[in-house]
Amino acid sequence: MKQCEAACACETLGTPEQEAQLKALIEASKSTPGCLMHILQEAQGIYGYLPMQVQKTIAEGLGISLSEVYGVVTFYSQFSLTPKGKHPISVCLGTACYVKGSDKILEAVETQLGIKCGECTEDGLFSLDSCRCVGACGLAPVMMIGEEVYGKLTPDKVKGILDSYREETK
Amino acid sequence: MADMINLKINNIPVSVPAGSTILDAARIAHVEIPTLCYLKDVACVGSCRMCLVEATGARGLVAACVYPVSEGMEVQTNTEKCRKSRKTSLELMLSKHKKECLACDRAGNCELQRLSVEYNCDPNRFEQDTERHPLDLSAPYVVRDRDKCINCNRCVAACKKQSVGAIGPIGRGYAVHIGSAFEMSLMESVCVGCGQCIVACPVGALKERTTVDEVWAAIADPQKKVVFFTAPSVRATLGEAFDLPVGTNVEGKMVAAIRRLGNVEVFNMDITADLTIMEEATELINRIQTGGVMPMFTSCCPAWVKFVEQKHPEMIPHLSTCKSPQEMFGGLLKTYYCEKNGIDPKDLYVVSVIPCTAKKYECKRPEMNGEVDAAITTRELARMIKTAGICFKDLPDEAFDDPFATCSGGGTIFGATGGVMEAALRVAARMLDGNFELVDFTKVRGTSPIKEATYNVAGKTIRVAVASGLANAETVIKNIQSGKKHYDFVEIMACPGGCVNGGGQPTLPDSIRNSLDLKDLRAKALYKSDKKNKLRRSSESPVIETLYNEYFGAPGGERSHKVLHTHYKADPRV
Repeated sequence: MKQCEAACACETLGTPEQEAQLKALIEASKSTPGCLMHILQEAQGIYGYLPMQVQKTIAEGLGISLSEVYGVVTFYSQFSLTPKGKHPISVCLGTACYVKGSDKILEAVETQLGIKCGECTEDGLFSLDSCRCVGACGLAPVMMIGEEVYGKLTPDKVKGILDSYREETK
Repeated sequence: MADMINLKINNIPVSVPAGSTILDAARIAHVEIPTLCYLKDVACVGSCRMCLVEATGARGLVAACVYPVSEGMEVQTNTEKCRKSRKTSLELMLSKHKKECLACDRAGNCELQRLSVEYNCDPNRFEQDTERHPLDLSAPYVVRDRDKCINCNRCVAACKKQSVGAIGPIGRGYAVHIGSAFEMSLMESVCVGCGQCIVACPVGALKERTTVDEVWAAIADPQKKVVFFTAPSVRATLGEAFDLPVGTNVEGKMVAAIRRLGNVEVFNMDITADLTIMEEATELINRIQTGGVMPMFTSCCPAWVKFVEQKHPEMIPHLSTCKSPQEMFGGLLKTYYCEKNGIDPKDLYVVSVIPCTAKKYECKRPEMNGEVDAAITTRELARMIKTAGICFKDLPDEAFDDPFATCSGGGTIFGATGGVMEAALRVAARMLDGNFELVDFTKVRGTSPIKEATYNVAGKTIRVAVASGLANAETVIKNIQSGKKHYDFVEIMACPGGCVNGGGQPTLPDSIRNSLDLKDLRAKALYKSDKKNKLRRSSESPVIETLYNEYFGAPGGERSHKVLHTHYKADPRV
């Protein structure tokens, strides 16, 4: 599993640009009631995930407890506590995809990447998550890599798709 | 009256103020509706589904604790549908609950157990979730057992009400559990150890870290001399553990019971409350006269001190340097008392009985040098008395042991919000004006969250504030920092109502807690004792006079500073 790199924000607030963006975000939103979700979503956009220091800064900025922020982050599956890969993979386990065998797709991706769902590869290239419906049920089973949707999948198609991303970065 | 609503609960007509809930109305109709997640003044979210009732105009069952009454409403609380729903909810909770009920701290005093019996539940009706998690043993004051937790969130509400927020719900759905952010242990979190979560918990998921076995071992050790001292508020609550009415002062029986635990001596912690006042009043006057950091905050409450160190380190210079009465007693016993009686301090085992869980942490602070060997809560003392087979209610009243027996009423009221302030004012006023007569500073009494008063002493105006509950302390700090309020002296107690409502006090059934104001009744027992005491000012206690004559010289002197004062360390946390 990919852990911290130089730019990781586990102990810090990342690059000076990221820090400035986060602080401006909090400042701009903090007077709006119910702004926590919005801030978390934007912050995840800045950092790719929601590390402790970022959550602490948000808690302090809004005058609420860290446990409250963390409670919201862990409630919603869209929020992530771990860094995402360069290409985040999301395998749909929604009803339509599931009955079409998406569990086998997930298994195939796990085997191919050598990681479990929720983890990130050593080289930081891929991270793997599952989701509930991306709105493409007609194409089930479906997975997303980044913004790209791959439909009508079978386990044997997985390697080829992943290889195309591996090639691209070489 | 226009603002009254008429309704029927189980066909009983009641009239309640608009805005009341069905639960409020039921209480007036003398109908009990079961609750688990509801706790008066602390938590009301309607999540446990125990209080589901049938009400006209509502679709399906509604949660009585949050559902507002309306004109002409007819409520049924005891239908087949209600009972079945409650029973299923209980059986679902039981499928996940670690049922170590035989030896659980809360056995016989557990809301889940009581309701499971009342509803004739089958604990094994549903498939049992046997996944177990390690206990959180990180803190010297609280033990958390996630597997007994029923996710009622009362502890979360209590912690949030303290403006600490060390714990909250984590995750979603079946996986949801209570914990600190990032699954931190309590000791790493912003927890201050006040223990309000323990007294809020309906089951045995939270309890104090007990040191009873160490105390028994010391009592059995022929090399050790064991001395106990009891905090002011313990006498006002210990009786509850033996089914005496709330607010019964059991001082005499408490002393007799401790004496029967073994070869021990029993001292009165009110003495070091008096000593604290001598030092604190002197410090206050010094600060006023020398232009020191103002306002001065009291420092008797270790949860409050931890709160300042973690959340408001900028306020540390405002904290009085006086140790708490517990630590003053520890210091006094391990120096003066040992020297006077030719005891090697290593052979003296000091046990404090306190209403508080944070005191367990306080006595482990490195700068306290282990002067108090064990701090046990009122609950732990009650358990020791029961273990020893002592028939508490039949005991004669006995007096504390000398040389630490005779205290002032000022020392006794330390256990209630406003008590430290009043005791300090009694002495400080006399120090400034030898003819100052007032002893009853009634404006700082009572259970209001924040109390303010102004007194004129020797041509000086002294502005004081008293707050209990850390959220109220937070308000006071904000008001001071923003310049909105100006005070000279501020008393803070972390627990709402002060030590009488501390995290180490007996946990009473919800049926009692939801109908009585415990903090008020318990405090009254202390004020009654103060009123009866001929000695009202701490300075009038003959023990205090002896201590200064024989050992400390004068309040605020060199030896006092060595034994009776301390320092604080910033430990900022989010």
